[in-house]
Amino acid sequence: MGYVLDGQSFDGLLSQLSKEYLIYAPVRISGKGAYSDTDLVAYGQISSLDEIEYNEKSRFSPKELIYPITQTLFYFTEDEYKEPAVSQKSIIIFCRPCDVHAFRRLDEIFLKNGDFRDSYYEAIRRKTVFFILECAGSFENCFCVSMGTNRVEGYAALLRPGEGQVTCDVDEHFAPLFARYGKPAGMTPRFIEENSISVILPEEIDKNIFDHQMWQEYSSRCTACGRCTVSCPTCSCFTMQDIFYEDNPRCGERRRVWASCMVDGFTELAGGHGFRKDNGSRMRFKVMHKIYDFRKRFGYDMCVGCGRCDDVCPEYISFSGCVNKVSSLAGEVKKDD
Amino acid sequence: MTNPYRPFKAEILSVLPQTGIDFTFRLAADIKVESGQFVEVSLPGVGEAPISVSDFGPGWIEMTIRRVGKLTNVIHTLTPGGSLFIRGPYGKGFPVDRFTGRDLIIAAGGTGLAPVKSIVRRFYKNTAELKSLTLLAGFKSPSDVLFRDEINIWQSCINVQITVDGDDTGEWKGRVGLITKLISGLPKIDVQNTEVIIVGPPVMMKFASQEFFKKGIPEDRVWVSFERKMCCGLGKCGHCKIDDTYVCLEGPVFNYTAAAQLTD
Repeated sequence: MGYVLDGQSFDGLLSQLSKEYLIYAPVRISGKGAYSDTDLVAYGQISSLDEIEYNEKSRFSPKELIYPITQTLFYFTEDEYKEPAVSQKSIIIFCRPCDVHAFRRLDEIFLKNGDFRDSYYEAIRRKTVFFILECAGSFENCFCVSMGTNRVEGYAALLRPGEGQVTCDVDEHFAPLFARYGKPAGMTPRFIEENSISVILPEEIDKNIFDHQMWQEYSSRCTACGRCTVSCPTCSCFTMQDIFYEDNPRCGERRRVWASCMVDGFTELAGGHGFRKDNGSRMRFKVMHKIYDFRKRFGYDMCVGCGRCDDVCPEYISFSGCVNKVSSLAGEVKKDD
Repeated sequence: MTNPYRPFKAEILSVLPQTGIDFTFRLAADIKVESGQFVEVSLPGVGEAPISVSDFGPGWIEMTIRRVGKLTNVIHTLTPGGSLFIRGPYGKGFPVDRFTGRDLIIAAGGTGLAPVKSIVRRFYKNTAELKSLTLLAGFKSPSDVLFRDEINIWQSCINVQITVDGDDTGEWKGRVGLITKLISGLPKIDVQNTEVIIVGPPVMMKFASQEFFKKGIPEDRVWVSFERKMCCGLGKCGHCKIDDTYVCLEGPVFNYTAAAQLTD
């Protein structure tokens, strides 16, 4: 059902929703960009339409809202492991179509892979509702069309912010509320149908590509900073970390913190032995996971084509460029003309 | 919702030093373990790590733990009556039933003997279950030899051959040389009826398996166990992943044919 809301009405709607939901959207954080005098666009809590940064891609994805960078799993005293309390409120996340697809991939890892469901992820995920921000145009480095993540179906709400107003397409659950604050309006969702970048995905990958010299380029270019994996909406790896309180070493926390397969120490065992020492083989490991390994396991590709890894790389390494190199080497590419 | 990360407290029943840096801890734990599986062991405030179960029985498990890092350094200070926190067991163990009626050869390098100890203990007395059992074990030096008491007992029932890479004591009366030499020195193997287990450092597993292939053992009769960094044991943390395989879920025990396909 379609509605149009002016700014004031939309803020009223947000205020009403905030009684039941924590509401997050991409926001502009002044002066916090990677370079001096630049802003950071990242996820934060909002209470008004003005706060939503609609015209730029967020540097970080919304995954941190459900899967925090640092998450306390247990508070402990010597003999007791206590879980932290979880907020009773549900969550609304304003995000792009690709980001919703990314959560489906995180669900695969946290809720399906192996015999156990990750209770921490599930506790927040089950209470999460996505409000889709329609993309007015393709951003730099995006290749969602190639990854099939440009369209979303079955959303709670889809929003098209415009001059002083928002046009929305809303599901049955939210329609009465939107009807209270807005006026009925025709709304046909528009999804991105073309990006300036496209990738060709390899169907089968010969084992020879794993040892191919193409990866040496990344050994010299990549600095193993891990920015690509931090910005990636589908990277889900973490490391356990125990800490104790300085003023009472008998009490402490077990936390998990995001980990990166690109960064030193990811595979290192106690005693020092490790795997994938050179950055080129780490790049190969990451790229193969995103466009090949995950598909072998779950039936579809992990990468959603948001291009954030390319946005943030300090060495201007292009993930999409790398995928296309792999494909041309794989030699079994069927062009979709 | 059950929390799969929640460990339980397990009392330490005994601590038996094997070498200067390897201690065997027996814990009170009522869990069902398969040979080759591992548990996540932790101490609050110190950390958590995957450790293979070296032996188990009703109400107890044993782990032979080497002092190599932050967590194991602290674990080694613990004494009976103290406790560790554990969760698991995790992973796929050795296909023990498949070995019934066959010649089983186990080649273990260093602490690689720990994950197969329960197999040796199960079969050395019940040799009727197997056609034969041969244990080949290699250690760096005489002071690194694990399970000395058990080895002495096993030797009276099965073929056990121990070798050390080098003798720094001058008192070692046994064999000196790499484990590959023990393999090449084995008498004729009934290749159609033999299963092989190889556990040890990656380099040892590589060369030991090649030695068995020279003997005519088919690749699909060889079983190996991988050691990887793991933070969850549940297929979530990603550290142990190789290609599309999660060592914590599909391993740590692999048939050689599957292991050979994995590229780190």
